[in-house]
Parts: sequence; structure tokens; C-alpha cells
Amino acid sequence: MEGNLTLSALKPGTKGKITRIAAQGGLKRRLLDMGLVPGAEIVVEGVAPLGDPLEVKVRGYHLSLRKSEAANVWIEIEE
Amino acid sequence: MGEAALARMPKEKVVALAGNPNSGKTSIFNDLTGSRQHVGNWPGVTVEKKEGKAIYQEQILKIIDLPGTYSLGAYSEDELIARNFILFDHPDAVINVVDATNLERNLYLTLQLLEMGAKVVVALNMMDEAKKQGLDIKVDKLSSLLGVPIVPTVATRQEGIKELLAEAAKMVLKNPPSPLALNYGREIEGEINKLEALIGQDPFLTQRYPARWLAVKLLEGDERLQQELMENKKGSILAQLEKSRKALATVLGEEVEAVIAERRYGFINGIVKESVKRQKSLEERLTLSDRIDKIVTNRYLGLPVFLLLMWTVFQFTFKLGDPLVGVIEGAFESLNGVASNRLEAIGAPRLLISFLTDGIIGGLGSVLVFIPPIFLLFLAISILEDSGYMARAAYIMDRFMHALGLHGKSFLPLLIGFGCNVPGIMATRTLENRRDRLITILINPLMSCTARLPVYVLFAGAFFPAYQGWVIFSLYLLGVGLAILMGKLFKSVLFKGEVAPFVMELPPYRVPTLRGLFIHMWERGSCFVRKAGTIILGVVVLVWALSNLPPGVEYASPESFIGRIGSFLAPALAPAGFGTREAAAALIFGILAKEVVVGTLGVLYGVGEEGLSEVITQHFTPLSAYAFMVMTLIYVPCVATIAAIRRETNSWGWTAFAVGYSLVLGWVMAVLVFQMGRLIGTFLI
Repeated sequence: MEGNLTLSALKPGTKGKITRIAAQGGLKRRLLDMGLVPGAEIVVEGVAPLGDPLEVKVRGYHLSLRKSEAANVWIEIEE
Repeated sequence: MGEAALARMPKEKVVALAGNPNSGKTSIFNDLTGSRQHVGNWPGVTVEKKEGKAIYQEQILKIIDLPGTYSLGAYSEDELIARNFILFDHPDAVINVVDATNLERNLYLTLQLLEMGAKVVVALNMMDEAKKQGLDIKVDKLSSLLGVPIVPTVATRQEGIKELLAEAAKMVLKNPPSPLALNYGREIEGEINKLEALIGQDPFLTQRYPARWLAVKLLEGDERLQQELMENKKGSILAQLEKSRKALATVLGEEVEAVIAERRYGFINGIVKESVKRQKSLEERLTLSDRIDKIVTNRYLGLPVFLLLMWTVFQFTFKLGDPLVGVIEGAFESLNGVASNRLEAIGAPRLLISFLTDGIIGGLGSVLVFIPPIFLLFLAISILEDSGYMARAAYIMDRFMHALGLHGKSFLPLLIGFGCNVPGIMATRTLENRRDRLITILINPLMSCTARLPVYVLFAGAFFPAYQGWVIFSLYLLGVGLAILMGKLFKSVLFKGEVAPFVMELPPYRVPTLRGLFIHMWERGSCFVRKAGTIILGVVVLVWALSNLPPGVEYASPESFIGRIGSFLAPALAPAGFGTREAAAALIFGILAKEVVVGTLGVLYGVGEEGLSEVITQHFTPLSAYAFMVMTLIYVPCVATIAAIRRETNSWGWTAFAVGYSLVLGWVMAVLVFQMGRLIGTFLI
């Protein structure tokens, strides 16, 4: 269902809009500070050769995060 | 200078430099201060503090380089240092370096600086790249929207630096502005007002913090500040805070901190929309950086490229460094010879000659031999970092290193450790997180460095000639295995509960500037000589004294202090199978540098290095020889490594811990090997 996916489940090339950051404490702070706030657009750019972490593009820059961290970022897929 | 004269002297003006990592802050710092720099540490932490002086029209400005941060929260040491400096040291101006190609995220920090009421001048850096990307930034518009002076700069070409300095000098003379009051929306504003009113009645708090800023930070759930309120018994404010956060959570339907961050980014988004025009066609095109990434982080090519680069760094550091080390060693040997001849000619006492040549000159030599690998390694690391590859290296290796409980960036320091632990430990500078950094430092000595190889070669060659390679390889494996184990142990016991998100920017690839590379290399190298050098020299002189005193004893003989210490310690080594005075003394000398173990055994058995492999077969069994090699691998890092640990952790406590744990671990492992071996032996027979 739309809006019911986390960033970790997305395939490279998928575009989406952040709906919620479910993390706690330091990780949540870090994600918000890096611009992953509700409403922000995000694109999955790729996965590291060993399968983790992910590379995403948000606010015009590239960011990498582990899948376990990305599992806290809820996404709504854009058409 | 008299007190009256001092009072008439204008107070030194302080300008802090703040900005995101990868914004070119270091280049701006170098541009502003030139060679007038000083590197130290922030008090009590491992974070580096750089200071410098800039001169503008006879006015001297002290420039403090704050740690590069994305925000000013309290979750990382870096952010807290930057934030506290601005809050409590009240810099006369803050130069905020902003990457023009990445405005949105960079302005997030700017906004927080303004909310704190800092006297901000923005250096809008990398303007050349922004233009190339088709970004048309209306600087005047941006400046009026933010309400701060903005100076466009290209730090790598030193463009705009004079203008920046002029603006900073102007700002220094101005009064602090009132803190920026961003509108967080009706609901949140209502709660901010309630908190602000309470805070406003408390002189202790208003003296320390801007009231509104404190209210917002508390709503954001800042743990550091909440704790401070608790310690100072501000119960009514904390009670109101809890009420406010609960009320907001219900009204907003999501957590307050997310909404606050969202509003900040929303505000920035509005500003950027109004002041920046994008040429779509240019922006949509794949940048050169993206194209490089397609290869470098490619599913199949990523790892081979990474391994090739790491191999290159290793070869560059040691293959290129070793001949230079040889030259330095040779130079010190001949200096030693010349000095002792001259001193003998003028009839200096034997003890004095020995002190000056073996102690002082020898000690200086043991410091300087580290210069080639350290300088070369830091040249290589600077290239990797400034080009943007280091972040990719972490990205590629993180899966593997994370499984071992470490960070992707731990790989290079550990790899370098196989060459020499000293540059290996210094390379941990690239790790931003305190926990990852300390663990990587603590386990680095378990990477078997090349200085331990002569010991293995001697013993494995004498006792296991047919399996020499396998025996040596098993020691390397043992070191790596123990490093993984210890890393996990430290992580779960010493750093329990410390959060270390990986979330890391992958900055665009950039061509490093020669100037930046050389400044970085020089800083590291000279820092090692100054800080670690004194410790190394001190220990070399101490060991010299122990082996030559009391006066009149034969060098390192049973009657010398070191001989007596050896005899005293020997029984403690007996359970490991090598409880002899010679073995104990050799291990003590090994602290100078592990390869010294071989030479010392030669001296103590009175055979020199040639007959040594013959002689040791009379004093060791194959089993005790293997236990001795295990001990040599693990027990106490060499003095240069200890000095590097002290320098990089900025703490004698951690240094003592590193020495202590390795000594205990080394002894336990050696005893385990010997006793288990004996047990297995009796069963077999």
C-alpha cells in the first residue's frame, strides 16, 4: 500500500516522499538534521556492492545510510 | 607590561568559523590564517581545535575553527563543542561557510546560528561550481532574506577572502542582533511563549541562554539541556515542558521535533526558491561527479577499485617510505659513530658518551624514522578525503566492517596498522564518531606491524623451519581474530548505549588543492614529532638509564636495573613457558620497538644476531617459542604507538587502558597457548 513502505524496501531508482521518521534519539535527530523531514522528496540512487548501506538523494545532495536506519523512514511512493 | 597598559590594549577579537563538513571550511581557514595556525585539542575531548590569526588593517582577529557540523544539537561531541563555544565564549563574529551548490542543507546550520543570536557573516563558498551547475544565486536577495551579510567566495582559488575578512572585521564592531524568531506555527508558538515566559523569570538561565532558543531546544527534546535543568532544580519549567510536549503531540499528530525540523527546512525552502534560479537543462544532466560514482561505487567494480586504492595507499606509505627510513637510520648511525669518536677523543667519561649517543641521538632517531611513513600516509589520506573518495570507501566497506562491530572508515587505519600502528592510529582521525574512533585506536596494535616480523622470522625459522610461513600467518590471523573480539567486547561494555548513526554525506568529487594537501600533511607530521616525540625520547632515555645504571655495570647485565627487573619479572612469565631473565628483559626492550626483542636476545645470550637462531633452541621449546611469539604480538604496544594513542585520544586514562588491556591479554594468550599445548602434548604421548 502507498505510504506504507520504508526507505529500506525501495528499489534503486524509486522516488518517494517522506511521511514519517519513526526512529528515536540520536538517529532521529541526525535524520531530521540531514533534511529527511516529513514532506521531503527522496530518491534511492543505489546500494553498496555488499548490499548495504543505501545511497539516496535528498535536497539535491547524496547521502548514505544503513538499511537498518532506512527502515525508520516511511515513504509514500510518487506515481 | 603594566596593568594600566594591559587595560588600554584592545581586547583580542575572536571570530569563529562554522560550517558543514565538506563546505570548504578548512580551505577558508587556511586562506584566512595562512601559516599562522596552531593545532590542539578542545579541553578533555579527542576533537581537534584549530586556531589561527588573520590581520585586517592592523586589527588582529583570532580565528577559531569550530568542528564541521550539520546542526547544533547535543548528540555528538562536535556539535556540542561548536554550540557551547557560540553560547558561552561569545565570539565577536561567526563566519558561516556555506556550500553554494548545496544551499538547503547548509542553511539549516545558518538558521540555527541566527536563532542563537550569533553575529553571522556568511561565506557563500564554491560559487564557481554553483555557476557550472547552472545555479544563479541572487546574493543580495539571499542576504536581505536572511538578514546577514553574505560574501561569495571560491576558497580553493582564494577568491573573496579579502572581502570576507572585511565583513568579519565590520561585524566584530557591531552589537549582537536579537535572535532570529522563526515562526513555528500557531500551536508550537503558543507553547514556546509559555516556556519562554517561565525561562524569562529565571536570571540563571537568561544569563546563559537566549530564552526563546532554550524554549525551542527543550521542545525539540534536547537531552543535554533537560539534564541541566534537572541538576539545577528547575522543576516548574520541566513540568511545563512535559505538558507542552504532550499537548503538541496530540494537536500535531506527530512528534514536535519532526515538525520543528520540517518548519526550518520549509523556511529555507522558501528563501532558496526566492533567491536561486536553476537552469533545468544543466541541473538534470549527470554531473561529472555522478559519472565517476557510476564506476567507483558500481556493484561489480566498487570493491576491486576500493581494494586497488587501499593497496596503493599501503604501498605508497611503506614502499616509498622504507628507503627514506633507511636513509634516516643510516644518518643517525653515522652521527652516532662520529659523536662517540669525538667524545672519546676529548676524553669524555664512558657513561656520558653512551648517554649522548645511545640515549639522546638514538632516541631522536627513533622519533624521526616515523616521519616518512606518517607524511606519506597523510598525503594519501588527504587526497582520499579532499577528493571525496573516503566517504565512498566507508560506503563500500561498511557492510563488512559493521559485521565486525566497526565503521566503514575503520578499514584504512587497521590496514595501515599492518605496516605500522603509529600511522594506523593517526589515520583514525577520519572517523568522526568518538566510539568508533576509540575502538579503532584500541584494537589497532593487534594488527601485527612489520616491526614484529623479525621476531617471528627468528623464532619460526629456528623452531618450525618447514612451516615457517604458516606459523607466521597464524600469528597475523590471531591478531585479527582478537581485534574483532576485543572490538565487540569494548563496544558492548565500554561504550554501551552510545548511539553512532552511520548516516553519512557522500560529497561530490572534487580536485584537491596542493596547498590543502600539504598543509594537512605538515600539520599531522609536525604534530607527531612535537607531541609524540617527547614521549618516545623520554622512554628511550629511561630504558638507556635502566640498562646502564647503577654506574659501572655491563650493558643490560644481570646487575643492571633492567637485569634485576628481568629477574624479578621472570617468574610471572613461567606459566607461559619462557620464565627467564633474558626473555623478560627482551620483552621490556621490545617496548622501545618490537624488533629490538631480537637484538636484545642476541646481546643477552652473547651471540649477536647471527648465532641467535642456534642459541634460542637451547632456551626455548617449540611450544614456548610459539607462546613467546604470541606474547610479542600482543603485549604492550611499542612506545611510539603508546605516544600516538596518547596524542589521538588526548587522554592518559585511555592510554593506560590500551597498555593495560594488551598486557593482560598478551599474558593470558601466551599462558593459554603454552598450557593448552602441554595438555594436548601429554594426551598425544
